[in-house]
Amino acid sequence: MSTDPGPPAQRATGTVVPGWRAMWLRVEGHWAWYRRYWRSSLYSSGIEPLLFLAAMGLGFGSQVEAGPATGGHSYLHYVTPALLVAGAVMSGMGESSFPVLSGFKWQKDYIAVTATPITPGQLLGGQLAWLGIRLTLSGVVYGLVALTFGAWLRPGAVLVVAVGVLAGLACAAPVMALAAATYDEGRRFIVMFRFVMVPMMLFSATFFPIDRIPIELRWLTWISPLWHGNELARAAALGGGDPLAVAGHAAFLLALFAGGVVLARRLFYRRLVV
Amino acid sequence: MANGGDDGDPRLMVSGKALVKRFGGVAAVDGIDVEVRSGEAFGFLGPNGAGKSSTMRMVACVSPRSDGELRVLGMDPDKDGPRIRARIGVVPQLDNLDAELTVRQNLQVYGRYFGLSRAHVRAKAVELMAFAELSDRADDPVDPLSGGMKRRLTIARSMVNDPELMLLDEPTTGLDPQARHLLWGRLYQLKQQGVTLIITTHDMHEAEQLCDRLVVMDGGRIVAEGSPASLIARYSTREVLELRFAPGEQDGQVSRVADLAERSEALPDRLLLYTADGEATLEAAHARGLRPVSTLIRRSTLEDVFLRLTGRSLVD
Ligand SMILES: Nc1ncnc2c1ncn2[C@@H]1O[C@H](COP(=O)(O)OP(=O)(O)OP(=O)(O)O)[C@@H](O)[C@H]1O
Ligand SMILES: [Mg+2]
Repeated sequence: MSTDPGPPAQRATGTVVPGWRAMWLRVEGHWAWYRRYWRSSLYSSGIEPLLFLAAMGLGFGSQVEAGPATGGHSYLHYVTPALLVAGAVMSGMGESSFPVLSGFKWQKDYIAVTATPITPGQLLGGQLAWLGIRLTLSGVVYGLVALTFGAWLRPGAVLVVAVGVLAGLACAAPVMALAAATYDEGRRFIVMFRFVMVPMMLFSATFFPIDRIPIELRWLTWISPLWHGNELARAAALGGGDPLAVAGHAAFLLALFAGGVVLARRLFYRRLVV
Repeated sequence: MANGGDDGDPRLMVSGKALVKRFGGVAAVDGIDVEVRSGEAFGFLGPNGAGKSSTMRMVACVSPRSDGELRVLGMDPDKDGPRIRARIGVVPQLDNLDAELTVRQNLQVYGRYFGLSRAHVRAKAVELMAFAELSDRADDPVDPLSGGMKRRLTIARSMVNDPELMLLDEPTTGLDPQARHLLWGRLYQLKQQGVTLIITTHDMHEAEQLCDRLVVMDGGRIVAEGSPASLIARYSTREVLELRFAPGEQDGQVSRVADLAERSEALPDRLLLYTADGEATLEAAHARGLRPVSTLIRRSTLEDVFLRLTGRSLVD
């Protein structure tokens, strides 16, 4: 076409991959990492809640009578679904704090990824998808071991894993947004763990029912995503959930997730496109 | 086939007009014009904070311009960022490898982001590890590698998509002389293949070796432009006489000899006299009773151009 006498130029082999596939490639990148570190990672996200389950459900639970407070169920059956959700929320928030900040700040791998055809939005999508996969994996492992304890009563309990993933992602997305807006060493995450996550564990009817929480503090329960997750998980595992309440809890978590994603997306762009 | 992009002069890989980058109110890049043609090796020289990296990041489509016009491969970075990024290779000033992955995985995972098949990146990784002389560390994690090895891997990684245009921001920082020469050789080879190179460096020797054309930046502006030889011819003299004095004795010497040269420059550790004939100037200086502890007559380099234009010397 041109009469350019210059040296022949090579044509680059790179192409732009479509959005969903771009997200998936990011998942694949994480998978490369996971293949090397799955043991320690499964331990912290899957085994830890199990130890909790053994201590609370079997140890402490053996001292608790089945009664109206536990909906007539044994304490093991009462606490098992909630512990899965609590574990998912904890690892969702944990994985979205320092590890995400590191992508921007220390390891800077987010900067490397967005120098390729991958966009910040696709990067975020990949992070969330990968987190969803990990929450699914650890939920399944937890569920299977709990099964050997006889902790599940009905087939509907498989949905508890999905509830865990939803609650974990709903809490993770706003934390990713926070990480994208963090330019210091991340002290705020320590504050968040101490003053948001720990109270959330206590006030979400994880270990005891909501009517044991003082009425003046019950609003804390109502705004806690973990409580909504726990209610959903118990409806799935124990049955007898009011459909309207179930829809309400799911809507709360979906709204938190959607809001978190919108905010995180904006902040990812603000951080990475400067 | 056109080397460049989708419109305009197909041979223009990069063209910027009145390009500006502001951070807050501060202009890091303050209205520069640049044109880089296909197959060229183009350099940005400048002191710390001159705006080199800011310019490179705009060209790399990771930093939107604040003002002016910019076309890369004939496309607009604001609209076609991903399409441009798919065809370029970027070596950032600071390494950003995935420290927990192996050398091989770093190359493969990165290559996949460019839509390359698994088989393709597998073979490419082997080729690039050989290039970076890291084949024997292929399956070691990156974290414990030395700084120079990481740099080599970052450079290798930028070639994973066989880029048409490479942006190298201080590529040889942290490399030992051997690795540096190896890289120069390889970059020269890429240039022979028609790859366009844009390089920032503090190493004047590197700039002279590699660049067909370069610009000197200072304070966000371009203060000179040309081939290394033409810049030296325009902004410096044929020879330079360097005089070193015993500690504390240099003060006051400048005024005694300044008129012997076209220009003089007092650095903390030596005095530079710019002259067409170094021998003659040295004799004249001796005749005036100057007693330096050592003297050196050399040809002018880009270092001298730089000193002249920016008032700063580069200590590499
Ligand atoms: N993200 C940013 N936010 C605010 N200011 C910035 C940012 N990036 C660069 N700057 C400022 O822009 C100016 C130019 O910086 P730049 O990194 O482009 O210089 P440089 O020529 O690459 O310098 P060096 O040789 O040190 O790498 C500096 O004053 C710097 O502080
Ligand atoms: Mg720089």
